Amino acid sequence: MSTPALETHDLTVTYHKRPVLYGVDLAIPEGNLVGIIGPNGAGKSTFIKAVMGVVPGSSGWVKVFGKPLKDMRHRVGYVPQRESVDWDFPVTVMDVALMGTYGELGLFRRVGKRERMIASESLDKVGMLPYANRQIGNLSGGQQQRVFLARALAQDSDLYFMDEPFVGVDAATERAIIELLQEMRAQGKTVIVVHHDLQSAQQYFDMLMLLNMRLVACGKTKDIFTTELLQKTYGGKLTILSEMADKAAKSSF
Amino acid sequence: MMNLELLATLSVTQSAILAAILVGLSCGLLGCYVVVRRVALVGDTLSHAVFPGVVAGFMWSEERNIYLIFLCAMLAGLLGVMMVRAVQATTRLKSDAALGVVLASFFGIGILWNSTNQQSGVKDFLFGDLAIISALDLQLMGWMTALVIFVVLLLMRPLQVISFDEGFAVGLGYPVKVLNFIFFALLTFTVVVALQAVGVVLVSAMLITPAATAYLLTDRMHRMMVYSAALGIFACVVGALLSSMVSAMPPGPVIALTATAGFSVVYFMAPRHGVVSKWMRSRQQTKKVSRENILKAIYKELETDGFQAHNVSIETLAVIRKVTMEDALQQAKSLVQAGQARWERDKAAIYLTPSGWRVAAMIVRNHRLWELYLTDLMNYESDHVHDDAEKIEHILGEDAVRRLERDLDFPEFDPHGMPIPSLKDFENSRLG
Repeated sequence: MSTPALETHDLTVTYHKRPVLYGVDLAIPEGNLVGIIGPNGAGKSTFIKAVMGVVPGSSGWVKVFGKPLKDMRHRVGYVPQRESVDWDFPVTVMDVALMGTYGELGLFRRVGKRERMIASESLDKVGMLPYANRQIGNLSGGQQQRVFLARALAQDSDLYFMDEPFVGVDAATERAIIELLQEMRAQGKTVIVVHHDLQSAQQYFDMLMLLNMRLVACGKTKDIFTTELLQKTYGGKLTILSEMADKAAKSSF
Repeated sequence: MMNLELLATLSVTQSAILAAILVGLSCGLLGCYVVVRRVALVGDTLSHAVFPGVVAGFMWSEERNIYLIFLCAMLAGLLGVMMVRAVQATTRLKSDAALGVVLASFFGIGILWNSTNQQSGVKDFLFGDLAIISALDLQLMGWMTALVIFVVLLLMRPLQVISFDEGFAVGLGYPVKVLNFIFFALLTFTVVVALQAVGVVLVSAMLITPAATAYLLTDRMHRMMVYSAALGIFACVVGALLSSMVSAMPPGPVIALTATAGFSVVYFMAPRHGVVSKWMRSRQQTKKVSRENILKAIYKELETDGFQAHNVSIETLAVIRKVTMEDALQQAKSLVQAGQARWERDKAAIYLTPSGWRVAAMIVRNHRLWELYLTDLMNYESDHVHDDAEKIEHILGEDAVRRLERDLDFPEFDPHGMPIPSLKDFENSRLG
């Protein structure tokens, strides 16, 4: 079997001493469109952030294409939650798309023609090229999400993490995004998406990660989209785990 | 510029102006990042946190040793920033409270320490005094400003990314912690440079006001930096000149107030974000809406007899608009002035121009289309839809109209059975 696109072992994350994610072990093969599903507060975003190194993991390891993430940054793209940034920030749509090319540019090299080409093409793919010179605050929610996607496309990565790309977007944008994701998968890319809607999850993704502080299941959608596993993910069985987490946070030592 | 002998030949006023330019430039540039990163309070805390360092510099040096003073001030500032981070990391306090605690404690230490053995020079840093700036001070300020400008220009792109989206910057593999440290180190440099000009208490004004003003003027970061630096320099030079002309006038407050005056002008007058221009736009919008309402009333009046008549008398207008004759005349006048109508029969009546007809038909169409949309697709009762349509008709764009027409399958009548004017038909029959 080929090296998985993403492999985690015993990945655990704590916020202010409160564990929010316990020992996640998984392996995602290349070329899949994967949905991360689970109730609010299940640690879906935290999982992505921990893998990306945005929040520190307290134990365990992450491998991307068989190597530690820091050696593989150039093959990994990240789309944070749309609400995580200030949309009044004085940059244009083009500026944001250009940020996708910065990883390759390093800290000091200037933006050139090649980078502008890449950014323009990425904006064109999401239908945002006509807005290239707009300040980002003058866009609708769906348009803002498309700009974020264009930035990710400009990164030209092989593995993508997207945090709730479907939140607050109109139906047309949702369709456009999912078509784009499917196209990326067809090119052999692996896309891992935090998603909150169970109904569409079944249609959209070929693999699912059912998450609720623990990894409940991870596998092909047709195998694990079962009432039993969903109940396990969304049901009340985890209350003791959560209570213990609170207790651990309070007994600070 | 860095030549000490040359600097020594400058007059007091010349030195003051040169120092003012340096302070305005560095504060204006770095202030942009302070404003867009929403760390304005950090600037304030830093300026107070460096104060015990200034006191230490005076205490520990025989004569006023500017190198030692700057060094101690910077160390104190960085220590302050690190303590803020430590308090945040180990408690549930958010940054504002942590900043407040550090600000007060550091400033308190500085004041108390100074009171044990009054150092006359300390006062110049507390309130700022450009008149006593020596050639050596100037040289040091020059180097530090040059360093700040160099690093900001060199790291413009990475700094922009970590300011806009820190998570994404981590994902890119940027050394975010190092970049943040560099940013706060530069900020400390800038604060220390500015201390002698504006004093501890007003440094934050220099960091924030020019940049905030520039933020109201533009949507692009690099332009914002140019405007901010320009206003910073302007304010500082005005402060330097005024305080050199009027004896006993401290430069700090003059600089802060000049910057604030600039802010006020922009606050009211800025082309897009200014209060006055917003008000003018809203006034124009109100006028447009009122004209559209008059046109709509005229359209409906002419519609009742199948568009037999071509004009509307002022009397009729007064009746259908439920206003006095005088007001009706005013309303007619507003249409004539906008080129949407012309006078007829010695101002006793008006008839609509082609552009007037187009707007009238458009508004009536928008109104009826929206009503139909609410009743047919949104399941509103037909007697609930009129008021909503009264508002939406004025803002419904052509795009939305096309979509509505398609979704409603190109309807001919509104929920009340009135025909919905289609622009094409209308222009053909009426104006063609």
